[in-house]
Amino acid sequence: MPLWDRIRRSQVWKSIFRHPPPVDRPNRVKVVLTNLILHLHPVAMPKHGLRLRFTWCMGGITFFLFLVEVVTGVLLMFYYRPTIQWAYHDMLALRDVVSYGILREVHRWGAHAMVITAMLHMLRVFLTGSYKPPREFNWVIGVLLLALTLLLSFTGYLLPWDQLSMWAVTVGSNMVGAAPLVGHEGPASWVTDQSDLRYVLLGARSVGEEALLRFYVLHCVALPLLAAFLMALHFWRIRKDGGISGPL
Amino acid sequence: MTPDIAEHLTRVAPLLAAFHAACSAMNVAAGGYAWRGRRRGEALAWLGAAIVFLGLAVGAWAGRPPQLPAMAKAGIDAVLGPATLFLGSLALLTVLYLGRRFFTAPPVGLAALNASLLLFGLSLADPVFASLVAKPDHVPIVGMIYLLGFVTWIAAYQAVENDRRTAAGRGPVEKTYAEKVLVWPDLVYIELIAMVLVSALLIAWSLLLAAPLEQPAHPSVTPNPSKAPWYFLGLQELLLYADAWYVGFVVPCLILFGLIALPYLDVNPKGNGYYTIDAQRRKYLVFMFGFLMLWVLPILVGTFLRGPNWSFFGLYEPRDPQKMAMHVNVTLSEYFWEWGLGRPRPEVDPHAGAWLRMGQAMWREMPGLAVLAAYFVALPLLLRRTLFKTARLAMGRCRYWIAMGLLLLMLTLPLKMLLRWTLHLSYIVSMPEFLLNF
Repeated sequence: MPLWDRIRRSQVWKSIFRHPPPVDRPNRVKVVLTNLILHLHPVAMPKHGLRLRFTWCMGGITFFLFLVEVVTGVLLMFYYRPTIQWAYHDMLALRDVVSYGILREVHRWGAHAMVITAMLHMLRVFLTGSYKPPREFNWVIGVLLLALTLLLSFTGYLLPWDQLSMWAVTVGSNMVGAAPLVGHEGPASWVTDQSDLRYVLLGARSVGEEALLRFYVLHCVALPLLAAFLMALHFWRIRKDGGISGPL
Repeated sequence: MTPDIAEHLTRVAPLLAAFHAACSAMNVAAGGYAWRGRRRGEALAWLGAAIVFLGLAVGAWAGRPPQLPAMAKAGIDAVLGPATLFLGSLALLTVLYLGRRFFTAPPVGLAALNASLLLFGLSLADPVFASLVAKPDHVPIVGMIYLLGFVTWIAAYQAVENDRRTAAGRGPVEKTYAEKVLVWPDLVYIELIAMVLVSALLIAWSLLLAAPLEQPAHPSVTPNPSKAPWYFLGLQELLLYADAWYVGFVVPCLILFGLIALPYLDVNPKGNGYYTIDAQRRKYLVFMFGFLMLWVLPILVGTFLRGPNWSFFGLYEPRDPQKMAMHVNVTLSEYFWEWGLGRPRPEVDPHAGAWLRMGQAMWREMPGLAVLAAYFVALPLLLRRTLFKTARLAMGRCRYWIAMGLLLLMLTLPLKMLLRWTLHLSYIVSMPEFLLNF
């Protein structure tokens, strides 16, 4: 008996994969139903959903880029300390000392790409009218996910703690400080510069060590968890709302 | 030729040779494809384009990268400006929209791609242009321009095809692919290939281009200009035309709210699940105007064309930190009282109580408030009985007023731009006493 067949008939293999390889129809159905990752998919789908000119593959690529960001992000966390004493030093070390030093590059370019693919995915969903009933609520989740993608990118932008990142976040957070009612420089303001929305975001009146720590926690813990939850909901709702959209 | 330009040319020559050669190869492929499809004339055209690009590649390889004549560059820069760019883009998009049956023909699309690649390649020989597009954080945005152009084109291509079929009484193309296929293997293999390609692209990109790292953060050294991350640069660019409370906070909230509300405001059941323009013309125009003209275009201007002091620079113009544009802008109440009625504006007594000051400021800003009331209340009431009569009936009162509010709020941005460019109008309502300028 060839080695490959022996492996396939072993108790270990059969305990992991409950059915024969997906080479015939019944087992191609089973493989999707019994595999945790694959069961995000339906078993069968209309053929137009395979056409790249219909989907542009943008939603899938966005999700894949999110996974790339999670993996490279976790690896980066091994090297990075979110304090003003060390953050910039750790950037230099990542560039000059760490082996295979393209971690930060993959993370940064992946983030830019993810913002772009998320926008294009939304454009595709709009142009095909896929947000229409019964998929209205999934579109809403998608809008929130796009906003989260921008916030994830924005919070990550500060972490290198160089001039580019600090001043970009200063420009962004000053806009928040001008919000009506809840910004101290905004119209009808009823807060001070120590109690407005910008202070909540930065933990101080300007971008400093408090902001660095806040953005780090938001970037590495809070926002990714929220995004992962909404993504699960997004994919689940695709299935529950009748799969990929198509003409009736 | 100054030494730094000569040095730049030697540096980019191999890159440009590869770029033009790739363009040439693309045209050879297109020509071969057309030839096999028995479209001989078209094949010859692409072959001609391939020869032109090959000639440029050889020139670059020989150390003399072809470039745009200085006069052309000066001409382009002289024409470029915030107003001409906005109005020019709007005119271009309008032409593309009206002529979509012509422009979505594949040969026309490829010709447009060739023209843009030619202009891009020739411009790369210019050191200023090259430094703009080769800045590490700008590279993805250049990619986005081409990607966005391509997907908008292919979406319009399919929409035109579907609209033609619908007019002939047949269903959209998507309907002819309704048969069911199994996800394994058909979809999972596409996903696998996509993952491999994206990974390869990302790794190659990361090997070629280092992530930027500038000087360590210093709270007292402000870079000139300080720019937000690129996806917020559109908002930063719009700060020129409205105050931060509106552009930096209200507008993002409105974008979010408007996008979330979209499926609930849209009562048109047609165009669900296939590309179409004719079945949703108004919505298509509003969405594309908002996305391309008010989100993408300001991002591009803010990224590529704004330099020190947030001054506007051309594509080939060196970034001179001394350049400073001074504008004297006038509020609507100044126009009304001083220029129109020929007398000083009513004053606000700084020692009066808050309500009295508010009343005095409102009296001074009365013309602006009247304009806003007419715009936000009278105009929707009028449109409800005229242009949007059927829409109003289909949507019902609640949907109509929310949709009109969002539409009119969105249009405040281009209207404020136009008023700024033509009348140098700064604010329609200006109450600095209450930090409220609009």
